[in-house]
Amino acid sequence: MTQLPAKPAPVKLGLVIDLDTCVGCHACAVSCKEWNTGGWVAPLSDQNPYGPNQSGTWLNRVHSYEWSGDDDSASRTVHFPRSCLHCEDAPCVTVCPTGASFKRGEDGIVLVDEDKCIGCGLCAWACPYGAREMDLDQGVMKKCTLCVDRIYNEELAEHERVPACVAACPTSARHFGDLGDPESAVSKLVAERGGADLMPEQGCKPTNKYLPPRSRKAAAPRMGAAAASTSTSVGFLGWLDQLLSD
Amino acid sequence: MRPAWSVIFFTSVSGVGYGLTFWLAAAVLAGSSEVDRTLALVALGIGLFLISAGLLSSTLHLHHPERAWRAFSQWRSSWLSREGVAAILAYAPLLWLALAVWRGAAGPLVALLVMLMSVITVLCTAMIYASLRPIRAWCHYLVPPIYLGFALASGAFWLLLLLAPAAQAPSWLPAVSVLALAAVWFAKWRYWRELDQDKSPSTPATATALTGAVTPLDPPHTEENYLLHEMAYSVARRHSNQLRRIAVVSGLLLPLLSLGGLLLPAVASGLVLGVGAAALTLGILIERWLFFAEATHTVTLYYGTQP
Repeated sequence: MTQLPAKPAPVKLGLVIDLDTCVGCHACAVSCKEWNTGGWVAPLSDQNPYGPNQSGTWLNRVHSYEWSGDDDSASRTVHFPRSCLHCEDAPCVTVCPTGASFKRGEDGIVLVDEDKCIGCGLCAWACPYGAREMDLDQGVMKKCTLCVDRIYNEELAEHERVPACVAACPTSARHFGDLGDPESAVSKLVAERGGADLMPEQGCKPTNKYLPPRSRKAAAPRMGAAAASTSTSVGFLGWLDQLLSD
Repeated sequence: MRPAWSVIFFTSVSGVGYGLTFWLAAAVLAGSSEVDRTLALVALGIGLFLISAGLLSSTLHLHHPERAWRAFSQWRSSWLSREGVAAILAYAPLLWLALAVWRGAAGPLVALLVMLMSVITVLCTAMIYASLRPIRAWCHYLVPPIYLGFALASGAFWLLLLLAPAAQAPSWLPAVSVLALAAVWFAKWRYWRELDQDKSPSTPATATALTGAVTPLDPPHTEENYLLHEMAYSVARRHSNQLRRIAVVSGLLLPLLSLGGLLLPAVASGLVLGVGAAALTLGILIERWLFFAEATHTVTLYYGTQP
């Protein structure tokens, strides 16, 4: 059924993504592709992968932006991973004509039943975030499953029961947990760091939250001073500096 | 948004079909004795053909058309599903009317049902688009009236073309054609004006939850992906003013001029009205192409283009 669950799920599994610590390495995107192409469903196909104009289905995309914040004088680079936000009012679910798209009542995960999908693409149009991509080989819509085949998988060691993107992140910029529980670690992180919704004006009530970059105003002058002081080094380095400057 | 021909053809041509059946049913309701039985059946047949061709064309853009039957199941939440259900339900009164006209016993009930189902189906088609919030140009209050208006205006012109040369057209049909055409183009003019003036509430800043100026530095991929192929079409926006003018000339001025054909003898009248109906249909196809091609999706914010 593509109606949303009658009551909002008590458990809201989702991701919290820290834009301060993300270094834009794309490990989450690659790890996601690797896990989901080798899982129990059909592969995430690529078209013309070794020729010109290659394209493929990815469930996670990492953008990099130049950002001039309100409080920082200089602009800085912000890396921005984009994937399904498992919205509470998921428009991709309600527009689905066949019942292939659905939101789970027990944990809020939004999934696609690939055997029912007719590949009309309407759900991808309905998603403001571009979280769904058509698999052109299978002719069905693909999206982030929050690694539903990992997080409940008792074949895996307990610490591995997190989405592949979270496991892969080298800077721990991705956090997985229950955002419906105000006492959970992810909820506390969101409260502490001012985690925000993407495009709240679209009315989708996303579950995933994004933590804004920390202010660097205080640290910046110190770093500048340290850079300037190298020219007045004393001792051996000062002697070397003088020798090489001549 | 990428203008897919299967969907442009579907919305335009099935609209003409439902408009035609709407006005034929109206003519039956107003006084069935006026309209010749054979001509009425021909008009109904053309209407049914256009409706069916449109519906079949809509399945062409599906990746799994063999599963299309599943699309009738989610009418509680999905406008696409409602459209499918309405289109199938509409066949019942349409075939009933054809049978009743053939037997010379078409009553007001079946005529009213045909009119009702034609309007409902066209409105469901429009709502598929008007319910999509990320696409500002579609999620607009004028979209359903414009879809209905073009269906009714083009249907009236096509019926006039079929009945007028045989002197069978109801006296009110030319006036209704002009009124419907004027009303829908007025709505379309307002729609274009509002679209050009209004701004999307979504910006690169709201899309990334960052306050301040956000400009793309490195894209996530260097080649086009499904999202960019489907939702970042930009050809129309470069030529939109020219294409809008062409649509108005073809879809408003030429059909209005062709009404002069009503004063001519049968064959000449048919020719002139035929040119008018063809121009109107072409104008609608261009208008529908623009409806898709001019529309922008919020996902383009992530890639650095304003919706």
